[in-house]
Amino acid sequence: MSEKRIDEPTGTSTVGHEWDGIEELDTPLPRWWLLTFYACIVFSIGYVVVYPAIPMVHGATAGLWGWTSRGTLTTEMRAEQAKHATIKAALLATPLDAIDGDAHLRHEAIEGGKAAFRIHCTTCHGAGAAGGKGYPNLNDDDWLWGGDVDAIHATIAHGVRQSADTASRMSQMPAFGSTGILKPAEVQDVVSYVRSISKQDAPDAASARGATLFTANCAVCHGPDGKGNRTLGAPNLSDSIWLYGGDRASLTETVTNAHYGQMPNWGAQLDPVTVKMLAVYVHSLGGGEKAAAPAPAPVAPAAK
Amino acid sequence: MATSFAERHRTIERNITLLAVLAFVVVIVGGIVEIAPLFWIDNTIEKVKGVRPYTPLEQAGRDIYVREGCYLCHSQMIRPFRDEVERYGHYSLAAESMYDHPFQWGSERTGPDLARVGGRYSDAWHVQHLTDPRSLVPESIMPPYGFLAKHELNQGDMRAELATLYDVGVPYRKDQIAAANDDMAAQANPDAPGAADFRKRYPTAQVRDFDGDPAKLTEMDALVAYLQVLGTMVDVNAAAANETLSKEKGR
Repeated sequence: MSEKRIDEPTGTSTVGHEWDGIEELDTPLPRWWLLTFYACIVFSIGYVVVYPAIPMVHGATAGLWGWTSRGTLTTEMRAEQAKHATIKAALLATPLDAIDGDAHLRHEAIEGGKAAFRIHCTTCHGAGAAGGKGYPNLNDDDWLWGGDVDAIHATIAHGVRQSADTASRMSQMPAFGSTGILKPAEVQDVVSYVRSISKQDAPDAASARGATLFTANCAVCHGPDGKGNRTLGAPNLSDSIWLYGGDRASLTETVTNAHYGQMPNWGAQLDPVTVKMLAVYVHSLGGGEKAAAPAPAPVAPAAK
Repeated sequence: MATSFAERHRTIERNITLLAVLAFVVVIVGGIVEIAPLFWIDNTIEKVKGVRPYTPLEQAGRDIYVREGCYLCHSQMIRPFRDEVERYGHYSLAAESMYDHPFQWGSERTGPDLARVGGRYSDAWHVQHLTDPRSLVPESIMPPYGFLAKHELNQGDMRAELATLYDVGVPYRKDQIAAANDDMAAQANPDAPGAADFRKRYPTAQVRDFDGDPAKLTEMDALVAYLQVLGTMVDVNAAAANETLSKEKGR
């Protein structure tokens, strides 16, 4: 080990080590770095005092400011609720069909509904509400359970085929093929008939046989002409809109095993105003129907 | 003063044994202050009602979740921030993952958080989404897991797994451990002879065929059963839970 000495070119002291002629300079830490370091220590002492930090017997010290992440969240949520309180109270007090007449309320409801739709509904009905296989398109005017704002509201609030909710939309199509009600050949005849009334195939002998089977088995829910029945959620089979597919394979699958599409009863999870806003939003998407005319008027429900 | 302090510190730096001993002492102090209190302070785990050990089928689904690496893209930890609470629901409670070994909090959200996915979608939705994610969520980049519906569930002896979990602190009862294999099959088949006994052992469990194929007990059954129980054990909006949580301090 060599003695400490002042290195001539830099004027800095060496640490006193020497390895094969290589020496190390004892360069002091840069002042800015050292000051920052001490500032950090001072900051950390302050931090420990004002924020929860030191664990004790029953819990950590609360800190002078009493900060908690859950408390901050509560404050933030309350502030947000307060911001929306007036409009939500107004929406809650206004009956669904009256919201349509009030441009301001309607606008707020649609915006609120759009936000809630993104969170709760897009996973099945898609970001543009166009649905997918098994999940209905909400933009068109083909409604399974009714398309006026009250019917939409009821569907959202009570869900579809939720046995826990007594007001839920409820129906079940029998699995005609797998339970043996119809033989495989008969299933094919029914499929031929359905394809003929939806104008995908020209009527032939098979569809004629299917027509008889349809009247006996299917017409009770889907109607004599296959136009569907909204009280049972039975789809219209004579149009070109299909929930599970209108090709022969999909129809065979549907008639054989049936489907039991479900939707959550959102009324149990969301507050009433959100459900209302969702109903107004979905109704506004393009296919919303006018509410059934009140009793004295003789006109039939206006189908868009 | 500064020089003498630096000089004294230099003696530590130059004595490897002394440095090791003192460094060890510092780590011990840090460990005692940071880790040890978690074992006794009252607010580590909330005292909420409803959390139960997973049923054998859910636990098997959990094993598949771990095996397929779901945690790499999905977290199970809703943090107490407004954007997360509004999207995913009530923030996660420590109590809700106290029987998770290992926990699945995750650290990456390529996909959404799953801490409260239970009951949000139907079984059929999960099966279709796992089979073909893009048929439901066109912008999804999740790989398809349709093979789960073809694989019969073969998780080995679930009694051994439950017994192991018991050893690390999950309070399974003796009868639950003994019947683990039967319970696993019974939960996915309401008509099975053991289904009534299963309901007695796990009164809050959901019993049904989860994958839409009653004939087979598949890995899809197990995974969907697991997904459907996530975040549903504690009724976070119930008055009792809110009362407990409102008394919470220091988080």
